[in-house]
Amino acid sequence: MAKTKRGPVDRRGFLKGAAAGTAALVTGTSAKAQEVETRPSAPLPSARALAAETAPVSAAVEVLTADRPGSDFMVDVLKYLGFEYICANPGSSFRALHESIVNYGGNKSPELITCCHEEQSVAMADGYAKMEGKPLAVMAHSTVGLQHAAMAIYNAYAGRGPVFLILGNTIDVAARRPGVEWYHSAQDAAAMVRDYSKWDDLPISLTHFGESAVRAYKISMTPPMGPVVLVADSDLQETPISPDQRLRIPKLTLASPPAGDSAAVAAAAKMLVAAQNLVVLADRAVRTAEGLRLLVELAETLQAPVVGGKFPTRHPLSQAGGRGLIANADVILALEVPDLWGAIHSVIDQLHRTTSTVTKPDAKIVSVSAEDLYLKSNYQDFQRYPEVDIAIAADAEATLPYLIEACKRLITDDRKRVFEERGKKLAEAHRQGVERARAEAAYGWNSSPISTSRLSAELWEVIKDKDWSLVNGGASRLWDVDKVYRTASGGGAAGVGYGAPASVGAALANRKYGRLSVSIQNDGDLMYGPGSFWTAAHHRIPLLAVMHNNRAYHQEVMHIQRMANRHQRGITNAGIGTTITDPNIDYAALVRAMGVHGEGPITDPKDLGPAIRRAADLVLKGEPALVDVVTQPR
Amino acid sequence: MRLFLLAAVAFSMAAQTPAPASKGGGTPSGNAQNGKRIFESYGCYQCHGHDAHGGAGARLAPNPISFDRFSRYVRKPTGEMPPYTAKVVSDQELADIYAFLGTIPAPPPVKSIPELNH
Repeated sequence: MAKTKRGPVDRRGFLKGAAAGTAALVTGTSAKAQEVETRPSAPLPSARALAAETAPVSAAVEVLTADRPGSDFMVDVLKYLGFEYICANPGSSFRALHESIVNYGGNKSPELITCCHEEQSVAMADGYAKMEGKPLAVMAHSTVGLQHAAMAIYNAYAGRGPVFLILGNTIDVAARRPGVEWYHSAQDAAAMVRDYSKWDDLPISLTHFGESAVRAYKISMTPPMGPVVLVADSDLQETPISPDQRLRIPKLTLASPPAGDSAAVAAAAKMLVAAQNLVVLADRAVRTAEGLRLLVELAETLQAPVVGGKFPTRHPLSQAGGRGLIANADVILALEVPDLWGAIHSVIDQLHRTTSTVTKPDAKIVSVSAEDLYLKSNYQDFQRYPEVDIAIAADAEATLPYLIEACKRLITDDRKRVFEERGKKLAEAHRQGVERARAEAAYGWNSSPISTSRLSAELWEVIKDKDWSLVNGGASRLWDVDKVYRTASGGGAAGVGYGAPASVGAALANRKYGRLSVSIQNDGDLMYGPGSFWTAAHHRIPLLAVMHNNRAYHQEVMHIQRMANRHQRGITNAGIGTTITDPNIDYAALVRAMGVHGEGPITDPKDLGPAIRRAADLVLKGEPALVDVVTQPR
Repeated sequence: MRLFLLAAVAFSMAAQTPAPASKGGGTPSGNAQNGKRIFESYGCYQCHGHDAHGGAGARLAPNPISFDRFSRYVRKPTGEMPPYTAKVVSDQELADIYAFLGTIPAPPPVKSIPELNH
């Protein structure tokens, strides 16, 4: 829904309109004036008000310009923090900062990225951080802007993504213009998202702003990372910096991520080395290229299978079918697994929910997670409480070097032989798993709607020789996922509407590296924020979006079907309220309207490969493109 | 906001191994055309795909399991699949769906698909 940041006619415009309307009443000839006359929704101003508005200004307010507003210093701070971009949908509560960015700051570092919705701005920042490993700044407009941004902030929070949000607001009642500005001001503006942001502050001076901005950045980047909110008071932005004001920006020193306690790491290593059937669950373990190298080193040191998270798909220790390995394990190493309970339990969603433990009764579990360092109460993203044997409250990536070293110290020749045998079995299991995946992909190869396996295979055919980066959607097991930037996790809280803007944000980060950014774009998700594609076109952000268009909010189709079957009073209505048909949406036309190359809908599988190839050629030249593919449900 | 619970365990018994002969014995005759229609309208496609090749749920065809196992599981699933009781799907309709599954052709050989042979 569109928000109103200003009334349809601001006060000055309204007064002009009223005057014109009066004139029109006198002359009775101007159709334009007649139209203006009917527009105002508030009472016409009195003659006194009109006189006051048009009278000469008094000497006290003769100074009408300012050389250096406070917002210029705010830009100095943003530049110091190294933001490449700042995403925003414009709003009057940060008008001074906006102007300072584009004029004083030269619209460079940060460059302003125009977004069509604040949810898009924050999701772009979240997607950018997943590729770049650092926050992108966002500006949002006080109450209404933050309300729009809220879901994306929650996604970033649950996904432990760093986002730096600057929120315009006007705290001083005397500084607010009458009317709309009151709707767009709050006493404690950040309160609404405090439950799911890591830190916020309301600086009341520029010195305070500089200090809190540096602090906020540091907090955002310290694992577990998260979104931070800094309120930029509009009066503070617009008030000129006095010549005698001495401002400085404090030094930023990022905190080193917390690594595991040496005694706990040693105890964990003992358990891992002694294990017969060890499994590593890698969920959010890897943040950087170095983290990926370390995870591979740990796995190879122990010849342990790795399930989930970022791990090279063609490595023999990369294993799918994690449930079987977990069920057979005597030791499980969980590295940054946000839902560890869910990983080791099975829940069947029937009328009476049944829960069972997947693991052996005597299986030992070692957890390394920064989640143990930071939790909030209200939002339940922390999942059920997992029972473990060793809990290391630390960042997994930072702990890996110590864990590897501790393991190496304990490995005897006998254990080495055991590991080698285990490694051979796992390599064979990996080979068989890939063959099974290949055979599975052949089913439905010629189906229409097009199978998701075929979509994946045709896409891989086009990108496999490029420096690709799948910024949205899941990579096939048949793809060679060999680098940390090859994949990005989805929205942390599974909030729909994340995929399109996050992929544009990630593509923005990838642009300077010349990577081919690829998104597998869901239809329902796209309709939350199609304006993301306008942003991609406007800022020349190359992105190849290939749609998984099943013409439904399909997860919900299945949920309603489940309820219908359970209640046994009709099983043919699950599509009501859950499908996106009648009319079908022409997504290619939708993005073409925003200046993006669009093809489709593709329904014949034979047409798919050539369409993706044509789109990819344009993306490699620097444009965004979308191929709409009508697919099987899953 | 959205639950992602309908996992691939749905109908986990199905189509893991080639089925014994599905004609004769305890298999009632069914109308494959009607089966194809109600496979859609009764929501089977949602988890198993429009051609029963699988998705959120298991692959059902080609080579479906025996009708006896099929109907027992549909009536009283032990996994994630929602139950389809006789109140909402008649025995004859089950037979029709089963007949439809029997019409699904085998996939092309993997080796004949260049995109799957890198």
